[in-house]
Amino acid sequence: MSRPELVAPPEIYYGDIEAKKYTNNTRVQQIQADMTYRALELLNLPQDEPAFLLDIGCGSGLSGEILDEEGYNWVGVDIAPSMLEVALEREVEGDLFLHDIGQGFGFRPGSFDGAISISVIQWLLNAETSHPTSSPPHRLTRFFTTLHSALRNPSRAVLQFYPTSDDQIQLITSIAQKAGFGGGVVVDYPNSKKAKKVFLCLFVGSGGAQQVPK
Amino acid sequence: MVRLITHNLLACHAKGCTTNNFPLKLQDVVVEVREAEFNADFLRGFLPRIEWTALVNAAKELGDTSLPLEMPEMVDDEFLKNLHHVLLEIHVDEGAMVCPNCGHKYPIMNGIPNMLLAEHEIG
Ligand SMILES: [Zn+2]
Repeated sequence: MSRPELVAPPEIYYGDIEAKKYTNNTRVQQIQADMTYRALELLNLPQDEPAFLLDIGCGSGLSGEILDEEGYNWVGVDIAPSMLEVALEREVEGDLFLHDIGQGFGFRPGSFDGAISISVIQWLLNAETSHPTSSPPHRLTRFFTTLHSALRNPSRAVLQFYPTSDDQIQLITSIAQKAGFGGGVVVDYPNSKKAKKVFLCLFVGSGGAQQVPK
Repeated sequence: MVRLITHNLLACHAKGCTTNNFPLKLQDVVVEVREAEFNADFLRGFLPRIEWTALVNAAKELGDTSLPLEMPEMVDDEFLKNLHHVLLEIHVDEGAMVCPNCGHKYPIMNGIPNMLLAEHEIG
């Protein structure tokens, strides 16, 4: 099967049918749930303060439902209207926005206590048009710069994604660093081709003082 | 499903629009009130992040005048209940948010604001 980000842009790929298929696939649901819990673990939020989170590429609300269950208030953004419609049908609690993260965010400085993203930012690596503002480095720079500003100091963003090469990891982390983030990459199950998961754990300031959990 | 908690955090992000781009003006709105779970700790933690005047004015535009014009120094239960309602229970289902500076209109349909920019508006 081809990787979806190589077939078409996400708002096209996740049309009505794909959006429902994706959301109702129990294997997808289980993997998404596992990665969401892992992302929350890596986010390492203080136990005693209820947090306000940003879900980047919230899709049909699979991760949002977990954020609801865990008692977080959250905002979700996604570029695929069909996915957001499914999220509405599922009655998630978060506020939903139709948004292209490669265009950057407009959230005021320090808006969020943390951000998560599950299986999304690899989409930023594909140029959709030849227009200079569409080049992956441009889009990544706008994304990371405005995300950094939207997060409180200290806080973290944990972004799980599917890189196809070490060069892609290198490109993404170097642009995140230029945008002011600390932190780095955590790889779960590095020796399993199937189970391997890459999490970009980004820190604003000290990231909450603790080290990246192993 | 956009609520005032997020409206209060949102500035215009069109290219070159960096001053007077907050708060976005609510236009032709249809609202719906939906109960949400009350959490005093969350509200107390969120309070320092609020642009108070923008919140009071936006609430007024949506027909709620329960908040004091100045953020109170003493936070009591009644105030928190009102704040909870304004931030988390009033949903804007239809309408638009308009930038006071560049005039960009972010339409809200079926509860979802469309934040997409045209090519020439991307920074
Ligand atoms: Zn503007």
